[in-house]
Amino acid sequence: MVGINIILALSLNLITGFCGQISLGHAAFYGIGAYCTALLAKIGMPLPLTLLAGTILAGGVGLIVGLTSLRVRDDFLAITTMGVGFLFVGIVRQQDLLGGEMGISAIPSSGLGKIGFLLLVLVFVVLVTIWNLFVKKSWMGFAFDAVADDEDTARLLSVDVAAYKLAAFAMGTALAGLAGGLYVYFARFIVPDDFGFIMSISILSMVAVGGIGSVAGVLSATIILTLMPEFFRFVSDYKLLIYGALLFFVMRFAPGGMAGFVRRLFLSARSSSGAGP
Amino acid sequence: MTALLEIQDVGVQFGGVRALTNVGFSVATGEFLSLIGPNGAGKTTLVRGITGVIRLQQGRIVFAGRDISAWPVHRRIRAGLAMTHQIVRPFHSMTVLDNVALPAGHENIGNVVKALLRLNRSPARKKALELLSLVEIVDVAHQSVRGLPLGVVKRLELARALALEPQLLLLDEPLAGLNSQEAARLADMITGINRQGVTIMMIEHNLGEVLRVSRRLVVLDNGRKIADGDPDTVMADPVVRSAYVGKEKQDAAP
Repeated sequence: MVGINIILALSLNLITGFCGQISLGHAAFYGIGAYCTALLAKIGMPLPLTLLAGTILAGGVGLIVGLTSLRVRDDFLAITTMGVGFLFVGIVRQQDLLGGEMGISAIPSSGLGKIGFLLLVLVFVVLVTIWNLFVKKSWMGFAFDAVADDEDTARLLSVDVAAYKLAAFAMGTALAGLAGGLYVYFARFIVPDDFGFIMSISILSMVAVGGIGSVAGVLSATIILTLMPEFFRFVSDYKLLIYGALLFFVMRFAPGGMAGFVRRLFLSARSSSGAGP
Repeated sequence: MTALLEIQDVGVQFGGVRALTNVGFSVATGEFLSLIGPNGAGKTTLVRGITGVIRLQQGRIVFAGRDISAWPVHRRIRAGLAMTHQIVRPFHSMTVLDNVALPAGHENIGNVVKALLRLNRSPARKKALELLSLVEIVDVAHQSVRGLPLGVVKRLELARALALEPQLLLLDEPLAGLNSQEAARLADMITGINRQGVTIMMIEHNLGEVLRVSRRLVVLDNGRKIADGDPDTVMADPVVRSAYVGKEKQDAAP
């Protein structure tokens, strides 16, 4: 579960962290990947194909959502994605084909055994982490930095802002689809509520608490936030409240998240007597 | 000389306010033109219209023989335009060097997919270092932009625009906020850039420097062009004088 959440958080990190766009409906793409994978698995398709299909479908829908919202207005994406999130849950609930309220159960196993599946998730975590780091190092990441910093200035420096945002959104949603596919084989039973607004906010908290844009920060925050409810019963009961409060406090008091906080600690330790600005 | 930029009958309206009315003139390759006029005359609006930051309601912008009026900003920049802001806007999350390296490597970011496959930032950083030494701020290359004095950031903006290798450089008050020494130094740098073959169109209130470095003046007032010609003729024009009297006394003192 931690591994799947890491993939999910890193997929949103590509959108929110690198490119500065807020998505409030990321769970929908996670869900699209999951439902696509689940249905294909039930008709007997093998695991590599189902995962691939889930990834592509989620990325494809992401591309369409991105195309329609990115051109309208800069901050339109947050609203659109939230709408997509509700729309997704709404549709899935009503469709008998998708199991409706009862979800999809009796999904065939991955056929890899417990350890094998764990390793598969681990491999994907490593790959997605490397992908994140690679993107950040490339010129695409450089352009993302510019877009996240100041769109108007980026445009004046020849950056095609809309194209880069779209690229980030498509990559992020595709990877969310992959996480969804993996979740299907992990849980082998899915219901619409797994992919609702609460999930979207949870993913956003992981990215924001970890430090928007920092791969290491997002990794550690995801691990902490996923394991916390498992270890402390009360955290599980008040999960949404705690995530919401965390999100608020991080945004208000430490916009750089954990990564920014650690960085600042280092900086102030180096310039011991407040030589900073 | 051929016309590099043609501004044809341009009109811009913000709500009910006419910011520009039937403005038209052309800029020849290699020119050093200054755009002057009282505050609110429409100078910045015109420059933004040229780069595409704002849309024109009327008229056309023709650059290097092509009508660019409907092009998005980034495409106009790739065609050979560059602009600096009146109020400096560096990327605060980057070092001074990377602020220049991004546009210096503009050929890497033209295509999103290719951008992903390109990893090497050192040629662009090397080019950025050269530009930073050209504008004489290479010593702060590895610092964060935060907390740098205005004079340095103004030069950074200039280096960043130059990194795009523009044919036409649009400068919006590059000297504003600088002391007279700094202003003169920067004006000399801009003259040097112009001598290298870059066409310059500069908005500036510092008339002393404007008259010293530019070879042509265009005067806007209330969104209309009221004068156009060599500096001496324009400044002797009674229409220009009356537009300036009382409005810009403090800035007009050379």
